[in-house]
Amino acid sequence: MTPAQPNLNQLGLTKQDYVGAKSTLCPGCGHDAITSQIIQVAWEMGLEPHRVAKLSGIGCSSKTPTYFLSSAWGFNSVHGRAAAVCTGAALANRSLINLIASGDGDSMSIGIGQLVHMIRRNVPVVYILEDNGVYGLTKGQFSATADIGSTLKKGDINTLHPIDPCTLAMELGCGFVARSFSGDPKQLNTLLKAAFAHRGTALIDVISPCVTFNNHDSSTKSYKNVKDRDFPLHELGFVPYFEQTEVEIPAGEAREVQFPDGSRLTFRALREDYDPTNRYGALQAVHEAHAQGELLTGLLYIQPEGPTLHDQARLVEEPLALLRESLTKPGPKVLETLLEDYR
Amino acid sequence: MTPTHGGTAVADEAKTLINDFSIEVATVNGSGSQTANNTLMRSIFRMGVPVSGKNLFPSNISGLPTWFQIRANHRGYVARKHDIDLMICMNAETAKEDVTKLKPGAICLYDEPLKLNGLRDDLIWYPVPFQQIVSASCPEPKLHKLVKNMIYVGVAAQMLDIDMAEVAEAIARQLKGKQKAIEMNQAAAQAGFDWASTHMPAQQRLKIRRDNKTEGQIIIDGNSACAMGALFGGVTVVAWYPITPSSSLVETLIEYGKRHRVDPATGQTTMAVIQMEDELASAGVIIGAGWAGARSMTATSGPGISLMSEFIGLGYFAEIPSVFINVARMGPSTGLPTRTSQGDIELCAKASHGDTLHICLYPGSMEECFQFTYESFDLAERFQTPVFVVTDLDLGMQNWMSKPFAYPERAQDRGKVLTEAQLAEVQDFARYRDADGDGICARTLPGTPGGKGAYFTRGTGHNERALYSEKPEDWKGNIDRLRRKFDTAKAFVPKPLLEGSGSRNGILAYGSSDPAVKEARDLLAEQHGRHLDYLRVRALPFTEEVEAFIREHDAVYVVEQNRDAQMASLLRFFYPEFSTRLKSVLHYDSTAINAQTLVDQINAFEK
Ligand SMILES: Cc1ncc(C[n+]2csc(CCOP(=O)(O)OP(=O)(O)O)c2C)c(N)n1
Ligand code: SF4
Ligand SMILES: [Mg+2]
Repeated sequence: MTPAQPNLNQLGLTKQDYVGAKSTLCPGCGHDAITSQIIQVAWEMGLEPHRVAKLSGIGCSSKTPTYFLSSAWGFNSVHGRAAAVCTGAALANRSLINLIASGDGDSMSIGIGQLVHMIRRNVPVVYILEDNGVYGLTKGQFSATADIGSTLKKGDINTLHPIDPCTLAMELGCGFVARSFSGDPKQLNTLLKAAFAHRGTALIDVISPCVTFNNHDSSTKSYKNVKDRDFPLHELGFVPYFEQTEVEIPAGEAREVQFPDGSRLTFRALREDYDPTNRYGALQAVHEAHAQGELLTGLLYIQPEGPTLHDQARLVEEPLALLRESLTKPGPKVLETLLEDYR
Repeated sequence: MTPTHGGTAVADEAKTLINDFSIEVATVNGSGSQTANNTLMRSIFRMGVPVSGKNLFPSNISGLPTWFQIRANHRGYVARKHDIDLMICMNAETAKEDVTKLKPGAICLYDEPLKLNGLRDDLIWYPVPFQQIVSASCPEPKLHKLVKNMIYVGVAAQMLDIDMAEVAEAIARQLKGKQKAIEMNQAAAQAGFDWASTHMPAQQRLKIRRDNKTEGQIIIDGNSACAMGALFGGVTVVAWYPITPSSSLVETLIEYGKRHRVDPATGQTTMAVIQMEDELASAGVIIGAGWAGARSMTATSGPGISLMSEFIGLGYFAEIPSVFINVARMGPSTGLPTRTSQGDIELCAKASHGDTLHICLYPGSMEECFQFTYESFDLAERFQTPVFVVTDLDLGMQNWMSKPFAYPERAQDRGKVLTEAQLAEVQDFARYRDADGDGICARTLPGTPGGKGAYFTRGTGHNERALYSEKPEDWKGNIDRLRRKFDTAKAFVPKPLLEGSGSRNGILAYGSSDPAVKEARDLLAEQHGRHLDYLRVRALPFTEEVEAFIREHDAVYVVEQNRDAQMASLLRFFYPEFSTRLKSVLHYDSTAINAQTLVDQINAFEK
């Protein structure tokens, strides 16, 4: 997809309008590569920066909202709890475009309960889980996504079963579950675009190596290890709603999924028997691949329909935050009526 | 069925107590006794006699003992009365204990098969064959259990001279719309009344006489009053996790919302209520919602506040409005979930780590539950901070007489929020710049167009521009400004209420202790000749009136319902120079406070 003018998107903004402060992460950190794609995608998709709420918990990954979209509203909250903050913000103002940047510690340990319940409620948000198998910010302890047998830098071996955010999300009925790799910008780019087109919770688990604490040979989340095991499920293409007429869907064995806003995601299967619209089949395939040491990446599961938080809450169209007093404060007659019951 | 009197001394001593006695009904929870208890209380209320009703219930759904205490008092004393004048024993399991605690001369009405009259000879016994009466009056055996309790209401009405028309009306109002249930219950009450008229000798010890002291009043619980306050406070996002004794607050609010905050044409609501997975998440939601511009609140109890504390600190430091209603119960830990306490005063004042100080409101009446709740939204938005409304189980779940609430005419105060147009005028927006010197900085709401005003909210150290900063001057400047902001709130929070003037010593109290303190002051004056001024504190930060009161009295008896004298600790924290003047008068045995405890403790100090 190319914007109308090479360096302006459809809002007339340059890519520079989507950057943030300079990153203070370790050079080479996977999280920075994710940040780059968020900037790229937000620009290409023409997201209105002022409508974006970018939230996070605590961790190196949770610092990243500072590094993109400086004219969006940022909220670096408390460890593992961005999901609830986002749920509140989404209720207060349903017109916001929500993005959460989180880590594997943030999401799979301290914050797992909130993530689980956010998925149940189908809160509209692109949830990016920057997954490095360790707690980067507290200097490299194992996280709950560390594989059995993976080692820490100083040699400790993980013996606990990992929690896979993707199969967990699928189990919970999340309507958009993807896995990617910070070393595969092309795939991540397309998945992010599709995630923004999704109405409810879109979870992307992005394997994002921690170069400082978890990039050694005996780690299963090092660049080299992930590259070796990465098995992309399909070649992806994304056609945003505003570019429908210009793009031709390649013929052949490509499939497509349409989003409610009219955007389309096309994918040409690299692994033929994988059907991302079949939840049970997908779950089985991901589990089997994991058992064989393979890391399936791509769109693991998609179900674009399904009521979101807003549908379920049956909120008025106007953001609650902006309602006039006359709409939120009933009149004196109502008080009279209520009090009558207590006489 | 002749009442059996104990010693003659008792009979001689007894003179008629008119509109001034207490009743306790012992039943089993889940047995439908609630309707009967409320009917009796409301019938007395309808007779024009001031009344209060307290439910002592177990933390259990069905089958455990529960007690209901009704106090009628012509002077309007509504605190718990220590001694029971009329005991109604409907529960075999507790009957023995129930009568053991009575003082000599008390009347005991009991289910005849319990044969309690052998237990003591200094009580006045009235056995009532409930089963027999219910069988004769109610044709459907499977409903006997349900209406059996209503029999005692009729019996009590007869013996106390309560007008049966008022009983019938009280039943009708409670069971509003359910015609069959109304008729059945009215019939049961009448059967009790009729039985007593023919079988029970009249008693002259306790009587209700029609009066006019409840005209125009309502009977309500604090949770409903707070829910109403939230409704009229314009709350738009409510997040909660059920916990006794706060659940009924949100459940009532949900009902009000369905009736008055839904557009009937579209079915869409202006008030989102979301039941979260725990209190951490509830706090997160209301912080997120407050940040995005909603009027947000939660209601919880002590254990919930403990869990919410990390988020409360974030709300304080990142300066985000939100309302936390704490209906306190007995802690620590799970404690006594269905018993009242003022044990969270310090917790709420300083919730979360580091230097925090929160605006707290302490309602002491139903009107204040209503008023302080709607005002808390103004305060939260004006001061961009978590605001606590601290009530307790006694206020929240018990039945209190009240004047009807006055409609909040004042327009909502949404605080310093810059709109797109205002932002366009601003040269250089900095989220945490104290332009007005009151500690309150202007904020913007996510989603505001125009390309100005976006900022990065964080719980980490930040400078005026909301950028991460580790500079000592930024840190100290910010944390000092937050204290300045807290002090600014003195001019906005409810001032304390003063009663009396010129006494050497005084009483300081807050919240649900108020009725007991008022009664204790009268007792101290009338029976002991001690006159004590009384200041009821209604908010933190303390206003100058609080300081003046302590300064002007040699000793200040600080009345509280906790072990550690928590309000006194706060007073010492803010007014260290007056430390030694504060004498604590405490009640924390898990029962609601009563006047006599206060009289005894104050007398001991004054000796
Ligand atoms: C309540 C609480 N407990 C502990 C911490 C310390 N802490 C900060 S970040 C972190 C782990 C972050 O790991 P992850 O989410 O994987 O982020 P990464 O740094 O690896 O990107 C921990 C334990 C905290 N900030 N708050
Ligand atoms: S410690 Fe690891 S996760 Fe954190 S910034 Fe450095 S490389 Fe990235
Ligand atoms: Mg990590």
